[in-house]
Parts: sequence; structure tokens; C-alpha cells
Amino acid sequence: MAAGVAAWLPFARAAAIGWMPVANLPMPVAPTEKNKRQDELIVLNVSGRRFQTWRNTLDRYPDTLLGSSEKEFFYNEDTKEYFFDRDPDVFRSVLNFYRTGKLHYPRYECISSYDEELAFFGIVPEIIGDCCYEEYKDRKRENAERLMDDQEDNKDAKLPNMTFRETMWRAFENPHTSTMALVFYYVTGFFIAVSVITNVVETVPCGSVPNMKEVPCGERYTVAFFCMDTACVMIFTVEYLMRLFAAPNRYRFMRSVMSIIDVVAILPYYIGLVMTDNEDVSGAFVTLRVFRVFRIFKFSRHSQGLRILGYTLKSCASELGFLLFSLTMAIIIFATVMFYAEKGSTSSKFTSIPASFWYTIVTMTTLGYGDMVPKTIAGKIFGSICSLSGVLVIALPVPVIVSNFSRIYHQNQRADKRRAQKKARLARIRLSKTGSSSAFLHSKRNGLFNEALELTGSTEDEKRLSKSTSLIESQHHHLLHCLEKTTNHEFVDEQYYQQSYLEAGLQNYPSQSPSLSSQDGVTGTCCTRRSKKQHHTPLPNASAPAHMQPLKHTHTHPQGLQELSTIHIQPLSTSRSSLNMRVEEPAPLNCQSSQITTAIISIPTPPVTTPEGDAHLPAAPTLQNVVKVSAL
Amino acid sequence: MLSAIWETEGLQTVGIVVLVFASIKLLHILGLISFSEDSVEDELELSAVRHRPEGLEQLEAQTRFSRKELQILYRGFKNECPSGVVNEETFKDIYAQFFPQGDASTYAHFLFNAFDTDHNGSVSFEDFVMGLSILLRGTVQEKLIWAFNLYDINKDGYITKEEMLDIMKAIYDMMGKCTYPVLKEETPRQHVEVFFQKMDKNKDGVVTIDEFIDCCQNDENIMRSMHLFENVL
Repeated sequence: MAAGVAAWLPFARAAAIGWMPVANLPMPVAPTEKNKRQDELIVLNVSGRRFQTWRNTLDRYPDTLLGSSEKEFFYNEDTKEYFFDRDPDVFRSVLNFYRTGKLHYPRYECISSYDEELAFFGIVPEIIGDCCYEEYKDRKRENAERLMDDQEDNKDAKLPNMTFRETMWRAFENPHTSTMALVFYYVTGFFIAVSVITNVVETVPCGSVPNMKEVPCGERYTVAFFCMDTACVMIFTVEYLMRLFAAPNRYRFMRSVMSIIDVVAILPYYIGLVMTDNEDVSGAFVTLRVFRVFRIFKFSRHSQGLRILGYTLKSCASELGFLLFSLTMAIIIFATVMFYAEKGSTSSKFTSIPASFWYTIVTMTTLGYGDMVPKTIAGKIFGSICSLSGVLVIALPVPVIVSNFSRIYHQNQRADKRRAQKKARLARIRLSKTGSSSAFLHSKRNGLFNEALELTGSTEDEKRLSKSTSLIESQHHHLLHCLEKTTNHEFVDEQYYQQSYLEAGLQNYPSQSPSLSSQDGVTGTCCTRRSKKQHHTPLPNASAPAHMQPLKHTHTHPQGLQELSTIHIQPLSTSRSSLNMRVEEPAPLNCQSSQITTAIISIPTPPVTTPEGDAHLPAAPTLQNVVKVSAL
Repeated sequence: MLSAIWETEGLQTVGIVVLVFASIKLLHILGLISFSEDSVEDELELSAVRHRPEGLEQLEAQTRFSRKELQILYRGFKNECPSGVVNEETFKDIYAQFFPQGDASTYAHFLFNAFDTDHNGSVSFEDFVMGLSILLRGTVQEKLIWAFNLYDINKDGYITKEEMLDIMKAIYDMMGKCTYPVLKEETPRQHVEVFFQKMDKNKDGVVTIDEFIDCCQNDENIMRSMHLFENVL
């Protein structure tokens, strides 16, 4: 029952008194209202703007958010109102829907934000009123086309593990994916051009044999042209079979336009091969050669413009049909009139009505060859009317076709533009992503700095640093840190990764570096302490530099915690790396902290690499230095 | 005379061209041939599946969250998924934003299957809140059972080495490529070996839920880490 008329239900029930006198059977018991609630005002606070309405209004549509118990999730006990953190402007339309029963789409609103709001409030967009529905649908279709273009670009993303067939199909559809595909693309393009030129040159008269008249080149160099044709048809056949093999859905491929064009282009050759001996029909089948011209349509795979043109014509099919129909009507009318007007004159070319068709067409399209000219006065009058109306009839559907073409053309331009901008966009997105990951690495270093400061007791700096990360950020960093601990690997930035990757390549030759002063580069991480409360101290996760010796990782426990793999200790003076500049001064003090010693003691038997050795560790603070955080 | 020949040839040509086009049109009408390269669906798909969660009172009873916490959870959930259900794509997108350096989609897939308890391809707010209730407020036993369910990909009650390898690879994928030390091919496999050495008591190649729970309960580190996220909400 439509919600709007719910208010009239009491009237309908009261009017039922009219049935009572004539009723045969006793009436059923009326339902009583369980709790007779006074209708109350509800306050809806949408991002600060307060809307008020009756509770009954909202209850009209119980399958939406506001009409059901779902709104209780948004109830604020303290202020006794329902708070929604959404756009108040769009909410106006939503609330009006409850009040009037009609949903309107405001023109200035972005279609996707409107859709999102509707989805949030649980309203189906199909109930938009007729006044606004068309606009809504148009905008939605436009948006979908735009998104579809974006998605098509995404499809180019390379999937790993594609079968040979799938790679072939991708190569055919998008020649830019690999060099083989590009080569294939150009080769087929070349052969299409060669084939078309051959067809054209075949008919040119080339040089005359003295005692015969001029013959076309085709008959003079029959063998050469036949070989050329055979070669081209071979290539096209092979290409067609390869496409057929690679197509994901062969049946659909065979039904598509391009495949039909391919078939029609090569079929005449094969038919010609079969039919050469039969003399009567060979004449007719020679004319099958005209279909070789279809090979030029194969260029549409190579040319975007041709495709746009084809698509435009297809989408304007109804306008073109109308044009054709109206032209035909006009032609018949005027041809008849001209025929009867010129019937009287002698030696008139207008021998029949079909013969006058030619005159009418030539006149209406303002060609005016002059091979057929009216001679009587009546003929001339009607002829001029014919040419004037021709201009009008042809000019009418043309703007529709032009606007369609312009829309499709601009859509394509937009797609190309977006593709060009996409690289810049992706670079920016990647930059922001590295921003967040570098924020993590930055905070690791700051965590270290923090502890150093804690130990040295300078509190102002500590406060400054600890405020710089919000709660969400620090929780996120904790999550990433847990992942590091699970896998016993750390996040590093791109530059360090390149460096260590190269070093890992030189790893086969293990060499003990004789003096520490020759080392450079970061060699591991320092102990980073997450929080004081945790008992399982996260461990100094240092490891020897790759070029020092082969790394041996001890095994890690699953589920989160790890043991230390190796610890690398190195005098500060020699491990100078640009990444560690800031933190070095307080670091010596830090390393005296008890965590390091306990951690060292708890190492099983790592192949410790430093020449200094562990023995010095507890005793020689000046020599010790735990190596730094590996990033930024 | 030549012109007569050419005229007949010309008419034959016209005849053949008309015949071919007519046959193509006939095939098109019969639907055997399609002229559109890619059929653009004109009808937009019907509005996405909508789901309304159960009332606050029921959820309060079924989970260990308070009313306020449920409200907070629902608001966040609804903001991300206005239709009320999460499908796998959205889930993967959301999860991937927390791990910018690596590829979190495989692990998100396993997580999704763990949350989608009725296996209908979408996670509703109830599924979401039930899962969270176990993870954040459940007993250690329940958490371990949940973790076992996560690892047991085909839900047959046994964790095989292949399943564990898949999970391990998914976790290592999240690290991405820029790690120190450089991730090697056999690192996940080695990690799985260690895991099985620890967990598989009777060395039968699979880990059952009892072996799993026993072993975890005996491991101090694991027990401690189970309480790590208790104050998340």
C-alpha cells in the first residue's frame, strides 16, 4: 500500500460504516493498538544540521535505514538524537522522500555521491520520480562509460601465470604488450596494404603489346599477381586461424564483425581456386574478386579512427534509416512528377519513372551532372523545387549524426587523455604510498630516538616527538611491526633494498673484513623497544652485512615472536652512514642499556661476526655500538 | 560487344554483392552473427544486495560488545560498505591499505573466508561482529580455534603442509619486496618446516586442532601474544 495514503486509512475505516447495515455476517474483531504511542518528533542531526520529523513519517518505509531499527545504531544517548555523519544537502532529498513519497534527483549533485547516499540510507534508486529519472539515468550511463574506460585500461595489467593461449589473445588484442605482438601487428598491417595495392594495380593498363590493345597489368603479369595474392591470403589465413585458436570464446569470436570481415576477405581466393576449371560460372566468380576490397576493413583493427567511425554509424543507425527512408519517398514523388511533366517533350531522356530516379537523386544531392535535363517549363519548375527540397531533406538528420560522432570522439579523446594522465596519477599514488611506509620507518627511528632520550632524561624532546604520531598512526605502525616480527624480515626503503640486493649478489665470497674502518653502509638494526610494558622485549634484530659473510638466520617461532638472529656490533666511528646521522650521539649511551646485554646473552649460538666479539660487550661501552635503524 | 560483356558482368557483380549482404543480414537477424564488438549492457545492474543487521539488542546478547561499541563498529562498517555487506573485492581493498609495501590480497582472501562463516560470498555486519567478538573478547581457547580455522583452508579439520605453505606465502607477500634481509624463495618453506616440527607431535604430516591447541598453550610467547590486541576497541 502506498505510504502516502496511510494517513487516509482512518477515513476509509470510518466510511466502512456504510457496509454495516447490509452485511450478512458479523464483523471480525478490530485490532487494538498495543501501545498507543503518541506520535513523537525525532531529531536527525546530519553533520550539524538538525532535521526534525514525526516518527510516523519515517515509519512509512520500513525497509530503509531510517524506517527500521537500523537507525538505533546511530542513536546518541546523551543528546537524544540520531547523528549521521553524512552530507546534509543530499539528506534533504532523502528526507523529502519520506515526506512526499517521491524521490527527486537534484541536478547539481554528483551522481556517484548521490548514489552512495542512497545506498547508505537503504533507498533503491529506481523509485526516483519520473520528473528526475531520465536525468538520473543519463548521468549514470555517462559515469558508467567513463568508469568502463578506466577499467579497460586496468585489464592491461599483466596477470601472472597466463597460459600460452591467453598470452596470445592478449597479444592480439593489445599490440603494445610485447615486441612479438608489435611485430605481428605491423606485419599484418603491411600485408593488408600490399594486398589492397595489388588489387588496385591489377586493373591499371600497363603498356601495350604491339599487336593487341592495352591490357591491364593483371593479365600481363598473371603469375606475379597470383603469387602476391597467394602470399597475402596465406598470411591472412594463418592470422585468422591463430586468432580462432587463441580466442577465449570461439563461438563468440566467430560471430563478431572482424571475424566475418576476415572470412569474407579470404573466401574469394579459395572459391576461385576451386572454380577455375568451370568456364560458365568462372565469369561470375571472377567478380567475386570485388570482395577482396573488404580487406581494407581489416585496417580497422589497426586504426582507432576507423573504429570510431564505424561505431558512430552503428549508433546513428536509426537516424541514417530515417534519412534513407525520407529520401526514398522524396525520390519516388519527384521522379513520378518529372516523368509526367517531361512526357510531352520530344527526345526526352525521361523514358520511364526508374530512369527519372537517376535525375532525382542527382538533383536532390545537388550533384547536377547534366546528363538528364528537363526541357518543358513544368519540368523546369518541378526540377527546381526538387533541388531545393533535396537540400532540406539531407540537412535534417545530419546534425544528429554529427552530435553522436562528436560525443563518441570526445569520449575517446577523454580516454586517451586519461591514459596519459594515468602515469602521473599512478606515480603520485605510489609516492603517497611510500609516504605512508616511510612514515613507518621514520617512526621506528624515532622510537629509537625516544628511548635514547628517555635514558638521557631530556623530556622536552621526548614530548615533542611522542606527540607527532597520532594514536591511529602508532597503532598502524605497531601492526606493521608485528608483521616484521612474524616474518623476521624488516621493511626498508627502496634505496637500501637496492644496495643490499646488490650486496647479496656478491655474497658467494665470504670474507672477513679485516678492519672495521673499511666497512660502510648500514649493517643492521638497533634494538627497538616498542613499549615498556611488554615482557617479550622485541629483540635487536641485527644481522651481519651481506658482504661480510653468509647470513645464517636462526629459525623463528611462528605466531609472532622471534629470536634474535645475529647481533652485529660495531664501533660507532666506522659505521657512519648518512642514514644514521641524527641518532648517533645518544646512541652510545643507549647501548649500555640492559636490554642489549640480556638479549645478547639469550642468543643461542649465532655466528657473531664482529671482530670485536661478544666478550667485550658487557665491559667496554666505548667500543660497543649497536648498529642503526636501517632506513631514512 | 565488349560493353555487353561488361554490362552482364557488372550486373552479376551487383547481384552477388546484394546476395552476400542479404545473407549476412539474414544471419544477423537469426542471431548467429553479432555486429557489436563488446555488448555494452544498457541496463545497469540492479542495486546491490542490501542487508539490514539484526537489532542492537540481539547483537548485544550474542556478542561480548557493549551497545556503544557496537554503535561505533557499525558506523565504521557502514561508512565503508553502505550496502551493509562486504564482498571480497572491497575487503581486499580495505585490507590492502594497511600494507602499502606488499601485496595483501592473498591473505585478505583467507581472512575473508575465515570471517564469512556461512560461506555465502559476503560478510555481513553480524559475521563481522561475531568474528571480532571472538578475536577481541574471546577466551584464549576460542582465539586459538579461530586461528586454526584460518589456517585450515578447506575446513577439513587438519592443517596440511600445503595449506600452511599457502598461508605462509600470503603472509610473506604482505612484506613486499623491499625487506632486509632480502626475501628468498625458500624462506616460507623453511618457516613452515619449523612450524610443523613444533606443532606436529605425532609426525603424521598434519596438524589437528588438539595438537595445535596443546602446543600453543605450552608456548609462553604465543600465549602472551594472544592478549596483545585486547584493548583495540
